[in-house]
Amino acid sequence: MTDPTPTASPPLLAIRGLSKAFLGVQALDGVDFTVRHGEIHALLGENGAGKSTLIKTLTGVYQRDAGTVTLEGRAIAPRGVEEAQRLHIGTVYQEVNLLPNLSVAENLFLGRQPMRFGLVDRGAMRRRARAVLMPYGLSLDVTAPLGRFSVATQQIVAIARAVDMSAKVLILDEPTASLDTQEVAVLFKVMRTLRSRGIGIVFVTHFLDQVYALCDRITVLRNGRLVGERRTAELPRLDLVAMMLGRELEAAAHRIALPADDAEEDARPPLVRFRGYGKARSVEPFDLDIRPGEVVGLAGLLGSGRTETARLVFGMDRADRGEAAVDGRAVRLRGPRDAIQLGFGFCPEDRKKEGIVGALSVRENIILALQARQGWLRPLPRRRQEEIADRFIRLLDIRTPHAEQPIQFLSGGNQQKALLARWLATEPRLLILDEPTRGIDVGAHAEIIRLIERLCADGMALLVVSSELEEIVAYSRRVVVLRDRRHVAELRGGEVAVDRIVAAIASEPAVAGEPRP
Amino acid sequence: MIHRFLPLLVTSAVLVVGFLLCAAQFPNFASLRVVGNLLTDNAFLGITAVGMTFVILSGGIDLSVGAVIGFTTVLLAVLIEQGGWHPFSAFAVALAVAGGFGAAMGAVIHVFQMPPFIVTLAGMFVARGLGFVLSTDSIPINHPLYAELGDLALRFDGGGKLTLPALLMLGVVAAAVVCAHWTRFGANLYALGGNRQSAELMGVPVGRTTVAVYALSGLLAGLAGIVFSLYTGAGYSLAATGVELDTITAVVIGGTQLTGGYGYVIGTFIGVLIQGLIQTYITFDGSLSSWWTKIAIGVLLFVFILLQKGLLAVWTGRGGAPAEA
Repeated sequence: MTDPTPTASPPLLAIRGLSKAFLGVQALDGVDFTVRHGEIHALLGENGAGKSTLIKTLTGVYQRDAGTVTLEGRAIAPRGVEEAQRLHIGTVYQEVNLLPNLSVAENLFLGRQPMRFGLVDRGAMRRRARAVLMPYGLSLDVTAPLGRFSVATQQIVAIARAVDMSAKVLILDEPTASLDTQEVAVLFKVMRTLRSRGIGIVFVTHFLDQVYALCDRITVLRNGRLVGERRTAELPRLDLVAMMLGRELEAAAHRIALPADDAEEDARPPLVRFRGYGKARSVEPFDLDIRPGEVVGLAGLLGSGRTETARLVFGMDRADRGEAAVDGRAVRLRGPRDAIQLGFGFCPEDRKKEGIVGALSVRENIILALQARQGWLRPLPRRRQEEIADRFIRLLDIRTPHAEQPIQFLSGGNQQKALLARWLATEPRLLILDEPTRGIDVGAHAEIIRLIERLCADGMALLVVSSELEEIVAYSRRVVVLRDRRHVAELRGGEVAVDRIVAAIASEPAVAGEPRP
Repeated sequence: MIHRFLPLLVTSAVLVVGFLLCAAQFPNFASLRVVGNLLTDNAFLGITAVGMTFVILSGGIDLSVGAVIGFTTVLLAVLIEQGGWHPFSAFAVALAVAGGFGAAMGAVIHVFQMPPFIVTLAGMFVARGLGFVLSTDSIPINHPLYAELGDLALRFDGGGKLTLPALLMLGVVAAAVVCAHWTRFGANLYALGGNRQSAELMGVPVGRTTVAVYALSGLLAGLAGIVFSLYTGAGYSLAATGVELDTITAVVIGGTQLTGGYGYVIGTFIGVLIQGLIQTYITFDGSLSSWWTKIAIGVLLFVFILLQKGLLAVWTGRGGAPAEA
């Protein structure tokens, strides 16, 4: 770790009291943020913490409402990415924002091509491109289209472009999200080199191990406010996770009673069994058993691999290793169709995008999955559709004037319940719920939790992803804890408690067999 | 990196093989005269197709070009014959109007974030309609300068000649090649066609480039209109109907992707020549209906699109699998 520069000179980048609101929602509220010369500074926070708003305000995509930004003591107010770049603030996004159809050299020099006699000097551009990439250990055909290279290489080209355009501050927004271990190692080497050249790097990531492997300082945001800035060396993981989640580490009080004897439960054959199941760049191989009538919670920070695990179980992403078995018989999950045939159901996190069909009626939305399983050539009789819809509207207490109301006019909670009804109508054996209570008011929240408990009593197995730890603790019999795309712990019975989950998230990676960079 | 030029090589090979086949069947075919006529007959198409290539490279489309050609010919005829203008003044006005028309469409596309397909479709109706407002009849242009310009040509032995339209087209193609690969504007076009958002984040002036590319397409359609009026010696509002589709065909056969970002101007030129070659063959044969041109071009287009699809799959290394929904 390098030491920060002496306090005499002004910091490289100083943000003071930065505020930004959207339509009355305060996305950033008086945030301070400081980047020093030659440091890698992690910017951390959960969903809605304000990280991306901070970055976009800093790079001129948004205009701030209040606050000051100074670069080496000079006040700046960029009004666009281009201007920020001219002010020496370069940004590289998770999705590489270069052009795959242009050559590497053209990507490096777009908008600032070397010119001769009023025309682009392509020869000089090629030579300079090779020279620019040399320090990064990249020697490649700079005339080949960028899209032919790996994501990691593209990312490094993007960084090289930003740095070559005289960046003093380099913002890396989740650069490692789609890289594998080896590629991450290459990227980290580049970042360390840049640090030693005095560049201040802002590193946004969800991977705590990477933060501890690389970063000098950590700034944590939560709900648009600054939680604190710490030296990495002085901040234990547990404290960091607590800062991010913003909760006092105490045992959750309102835990419902569960059958005490876990050993007996475990003796039953599992409904589904995964062994060494995983997908490169998505989730590390994991083992997972789910028994009938059991609720298994998936807990972890944002980006830890919770949703990815759920998607693998439902076949939305295809695993590239490991085995899956249902009722002890090996199965292949090549897509949601296979999963639905096996009696699985999935309520996605983003119900607007992946779930409801807004213009269709409540009835049509509810019978959608059942009809899909039966095949569209054999339509359910209208009478039967109405019976099913009415039954679930009553059962789940979906507040709608009638079953023919277009679902887009229902409240979020009622849409969520209709989605649930869609899968319940298929009488699934395993139902996967991804953030079932997101964006729902408190009343509906409690109802959905009650419903979850009732479903399991009927023998259905549930796999629930949620960032609400209290909620997971309230209904889960077992909780799988994920960190950095890896299943790091499985808590069962009496172990299921908020503080245990937090501790597992914050736990150090095991020394052996985990070559995290 | 030969495969980057593969579509171009295939297109060129089709042209060469086609020409050799024609020459084998008709002994008179392989002559400077035939080649010269090929260039002259397709000059307006080639000039328009260059503009279309730029628009398509930038990720757009311009359906108005045929109508702009028709409008330009009527405008010229009305100005010269009824207004008594000197042709050169009329040319200048026509180019300014056509370029301005394109720029206006580009501005609408950029400012209102409208799909180019719809905007230029509307532009097509507007331009065609304006032509009819000026005159519904075909107006012959009898100005002496027209006859002079029509005779202007570089002559070669054996009856071959490069007429003014052919020279104009060759000049436009050459200038366009330089523009596409040796100017920042050209790089910006490819960037825009690759990914608009990324291009913007990398500092490409998206608005300016969009307006400029449609202005250029309009300007070249105007130039094609001038060439067309020289070629036919008349102005008619129904002239060049469907030329927008012929130019798009030439662009695609030339290896440019309809989604933008990949392709070469020279490919479009070859695409135009292939279309002209098929037409010439049918003229030589004499017994075939001219509609066979359309059928042959249709089949070629289909084959080329399939070829591109396959090549793209190899390029991006995704094995042709569609992205997850």
